[in-house]
Amino acid sequence: MTMAEPVGGRFGDFGGRYVPEPLVPACEELEAAFRSAWADEGFRGELNQLLADYAGRPSPLTECHRLSEDMGLRLLLKREDLNHTGSHKINNVLGQTLLAVRMGKTRLVAETGAGQHGVATATAAALLGLECVVYMGEVDMERQALNVFRMQLLGAEVRSAVSGSRTLKDAINEAMRDWVATVESSHYCLGSVMGPHPYPWMVRELHRVIGDEAREQCRQLLGSDPDVVTACVGGGSNAIGIFSGFVDGDAALVGVEPAGGAAIGRGVPGVVHGSKSFLMQDEHGQVLEAESISAGLDYPGIGPEHSHLAAIGRARYESVTDDEVVAAFELLSRTEGIIPALEPAHALAWVSRARGELAGKSVLLNLSGRGDKDVDQMMGRLAVDASANGDDGRSG
Amino acid sequence: MSTEPGALEAALRARRSQGGKAMVPYLTGGLGDWQAGLAAAADAGADAIEVGIPFSDPVIDGPVIQEANDRALADGITPLAVLDELGRLDIGVPLAVMTYYNIVFRFGLERFASVLAERGVAAAILPDLPLEEAGPWAEAADAAGVETVLLAAPTASDERLGRICSRTRGFVYGVGLLGVTGVRDELASSAVVMAGRLKQMTDVPVLVGVGVGTPEQAEEVCRVADGAVVGSAVVRRMMDGGPAAVGELVGRFRKALD
Ligand SMILES: Cc1ncc(COP(=O)(O)O)c(C=O)c1O
Repeated sequence: MTMAEPVGGRFGDFGGRYVPEPLVPACEELEAAFRSAWADEGFRGELNQLLADYAGRPSPLTECHRLSEDMGLRLLLKREDLNHTGSHKINNVLGQTLLAVRMGKTRLVAETGAGQHGVATATAAALLGLECVVYMGEVDMERQALNVFRMQLLGAEVRSAVSGSRTLKDAINEAMRDWVATVESSHYCLGSVMGPHPYPWMVRELHRVIGDEAREQCRQLLGSDPDVVTACVGGGSNAIGIFSGFVDGDAALVGVEPAGGAAIGRGVPGVVHGSKSFLMQDEHGQVLEAESISAGLDYPGIGPEHSHLAAIGRARYESVTDDEVVAAFELLSRTEGIIPALEPAHALAWVSRARGELAGKSVLLNLSGRGDKDVDQMMGRLAVDASANGDDGRSG
Repeated sequence: MSTEPGALEAALRARRSQGGKAMVPYLTGGLGDWQAGLAAAADAGADAIEVGIPFSDPVIDGPVIQEANDRALADGITPLAVLDELGRLDIGVPLAVMTYYNIVFRFGLERFASVLAERGVAAAILPDLPLEEAGPWAEAADAAGVETVLLAAPTASDERLGRICSRTRGFVYGVGLLGVTGVRDELASSAVVMAGRLKQMTDVPVLVGVGVGTPEQAEEVCRVADGAVVGSAVVRRMMDGGPAAVGELVGRFRKALD
């Protein structure tokens, strides 16, 4: 199989364009604009230049010698944490912002969970001179206060979403409401491989660079593809980006969801935020509120292509608990000198738990972001853990 | 494909052929004594009523209807409970449910359509189910004799509006402005333009909603449109003053349109 263009906006049974009527022409216009830009060498060249000179691509591949030895496997990290703004999100945002300029839009609207997509969008808006409004759940504004301030420094306006769970899902609702009202001048810079067609496809194409680079880097280092490719999954953009380099080969693909936001693990097909996909919902179709330590993964849905990959058995999806994530966060910090974001710590938590099954294998993990944004939250969490355990707070 | 009009379209056509304008209020199912609210609206001269089935993520709704949704959900309302209540009501005007597609998808398309028909609900409005995605639902609805009302927005080309007008049943729901539901100080100029564009291309009743919040605004848009849908203003009244206040407000709209 290959990761081709979705057919009629669908990946198998999933995807589609379930949006309010006022947005349909905007989605059609965006699809046409992206198709033409993506086929235009000038556009591709301009984007590649920014990815190299501004974002710092290619990102390195780091072999974790100490951790590999401890776990009895060969662990490789794709270092998206080293990109400008601190995560993989910048790949997508630079592409969409160039596209917005090409379409004559003057304003970007975005949602953000952990704040990484918001920071990346605010950054690109500053770079290319666009107005920028970022919606963020009130709960997330508290736990990711540092990123709120970063966005403001970059000149963006951050608006709090106060409805529902006041996290990522509600920020998306607010961003879509904004877009309905401002569609003529604004581009909705969606932060993951979700939403209505063409977003799941377009955002995947913009993150494909992760997988393309990693495949070359693995072939140089290992002489082959790795045995396993793993990544955390919120909406699923960093995972689809790295999977896209390996989906044609034999590597096992493993997405890791938080136990409290496991769309594939605990969901059934549903329709929200523009597409049909697995979704955590009650028996009446009301969307459930996700609950995770990581603001970036606190989402009850998942991008439609992941639902398709799960349905056809090409990828599998595991889930990990907050406690496992905290242990993995500390483990990578102390063994390799890399403080990860809480999101990719989910993928490491799964590797750590599955080390028996993975013994002797090469495992490529997408380290989608760095942990600076989480340090404050972890300070609080580890202090509480320490007083509960009566120890110095170190575990694992 | 134009067969005999359903109950909703028949009522709206009847109002038009008498030279009148249609008044269609919206109320959220499960919000307080909503059944009495529906009865009050019907008594005050509503031609038909839209009944919302609350959804957790109402992306086309502004703060007032969001709050109504949240309150009704917190009180434990379910889609089936709304439909069962509608089956028990006898208020003499056609009813349309308005909800989001996931509610229908989860319920099962055929099952939802047949429960609507059994409970005497004439039509369904699903604002996140645009023309291109409406096929499976619209077929199930057609088979059960339920009218599927489609939305038309200012951003659509004439060609697209034409396709919407030929697939809609009951009426065509012209979206009065680019934005979410809610009351504005003034009627957007786009509302009258929308009505005019639709009136030029279809004989199906043209109603305009979203941003029609006062009797004066309804009167203004109905100089061109065949009627108005009034949501947030009615729901606000329901939350602040209950069924009697709803009846009073609908009566004022009725008067402005007569
Ligand atoms: C570092 C990092 N990784 C992953 C994610 C989750 O998004 P996705 O699943 O689209 O990669 C986020 C979202 O905020 C993030 O900041």
